[in-house]
Amino acid sequence: MKKSLFYSPTDYARNKYLKYITFIFLITLYLPILNLIIFSFNDSKRNIVWRGFTTKYYNNVFENDVLFSAFLNSLTIATLSTIISTILGLTTAITLWKFNFYLKKYYDLALLFPIIIPEICMGISMLVFFNFINWPAFEIWPLTLSNIIIAHVSFTFPFIAIIIRSRLAILNTDTLEAGLDLGANNIQIIRLIIIPFIKPAIIASFLLAFTLSLDDFVVTFFTSGPNSVTLPVKIYSMVRFGITPEINAVSTLLILILIFCTFFVIRYLSKNNREVLDD
Amino acid sequence: MSYGEKINIIDIDYTWSLKNYIRAFDGVYIITLFKSIIISSITTLVCLLIAIPVAFYISFSSIRMKSILLVSIMLPLWTNLLIRTYSLIAILRTKGHINSSLEYLWESTNNLLNFFNLANYEIMGESFVPLNLMYNNYSIILGLFYIYVPFMIIPIYLVLEKFDRNLLEASYDLGANHIKTFFKVIIPNISPGITSGIILVFIPCLGSFIIPDLLGGADSQMIGNIIERQFKSANDWPFGSALSFILIYITLVIISVRHVYTKLYSKLHLRGNTQ
Repeated sequence: MKKSLFYSPTDYARNKYLKYITFIFLITLYLPILNLIIFSFNDSKRNIVWRGFTTKYYNNVFENDVLFSAFLNSLTIATLSTIISTILGLTTAITLWKFNFYLKKYYDLALLFPIIIPEICMGISMLVFFNFINWPAFEIWPLTLSNIIIAHVSFTFPFIAIIIRSRLAILNTDTLEAGLDLGANNIQIIRLIIIPFIKPAIIASFLLAFTLSLDDFVVTFFTSGPNSVTLPVKIYSMVRFGITPEINAVSTLLILILIFCTFFVIRYLSKNNREVLDD
Repeated sequence: MSYGEKINIIDIDYTWSLKNYIRAFDGVYIITLFKSIIISSITTLVCLLIAIPVAFYISFSSIRMKSILLVSIMLPLWTNLLIRTYSLIAILRTKGHINSSLEYLWESTNNLLNFFNLANYEIMGESFVPLNLMYNNYSIILGLFYIYVPFMIIPIYLVLEKFDRNLLEASYDLGANHIKTFFKVIIPNISPGITSGIILVFIPCLGSFIIPDLLGGADSQMIGNIIERQFKSANDWPFGSALSFILIYITLVIISVRHVYTKLYSKLHLRGNTQ
């Protein structure tokens, strides 16, 4: 493409100041993370000067029982809480879409509440809540995580409900009537019409909730006990004790998992949007 | 959800007293609250100053470039907040990368000066003094900015996408320059995006406690740290609850102000169209 010497003053993509600001901004945004990833392979305890390539800190991470169990806890919590909150979010979205009931508007607003309040308020409200109802401290492994799972469900399911609802809003109701005409019952309508239509939204919101749950530190920090340490909480206590390459290695692993999930979220969401545009 | 009941517990007794709220409004706590509000406001302002040009650039670039830039701005949002704060520590700390690069620069200039026999004058100072980049209020602002700036860019970008670009050309046609166009045409049109960006940045900033905890010093704690301490070490749950409820009230006030503002805005817009 030939570069024109004269371009419209409204063509801000060619404005060099904007370009510089954007690229400097992006570099500063990524520099610390890249630095973190690169130095997880650094063969030096002090972690400042580059001393050659090594993967021994990754081995350390996998051999470290505490870290590994924290990682396992995180994955378990994320999986279970996401499954529960997807079911809850799906039913909430369908209810809010299909039925009209008393104070529905306020119910809608209440759904937004966990998203807008500061995370720390959510965390301590969970802590106080579990204390208030005397939630038993379990000894057996998956049950020790139960309170964290409940806390995570309560802050991820609004996200799921909102995403699925926005998809349901564009569902053509004629198809439902056609289904009823052809003799389908309610369950068949849900199974054969609604679920296939909102499938991309379900998958995207499932992955979103999984990432949110895996990523969450604040809510987990307040609800976790000594038996239920998750990876972010463990990283926090490690950071407070000092900076070691092991933290870099764990962080890099977590970043990779999260980026992997995000990639699929973006793919499904863009697919969702494209279908919206096609309609 | 458990929001109603726990406002006024004292040792698990529900005495319904306002003592904790009154305590929250004296001395240290109100100062910390104000300080948190000031720090959050500065962060929001800095985010806004950076976000507008970046959002502009993104929305005017080609479709392919646009998706690349958008994904690259969204991606850090998905990496853990704690990890990103930690990665900032590695850069900023006394023996971190900025200071070691500066030290390297200092040494090479010193060598250069030695070469010219100028070292005795000690132009560069006696020895290298590392900058104190961490454990102060600036590092908190930097950390908050670094974590929350995508929340500012995305809403502004979304509004810019809907913005009618013919207005820009009309403005230039009528003889306005860049600055005048920016303040008279662009800012009024993207103000819904700016307000939602401000809310999305300001509220999490106000409630944040990891960033002040890890990047801030002894005297730079925010309201989030105090709340956290009431629950973790000071063990004064009722007071902590009262403080966090004050935080929730602030949030709700901000959101209702925004609601009123949007209503006024749409009313103004309607009037503008009919005239």
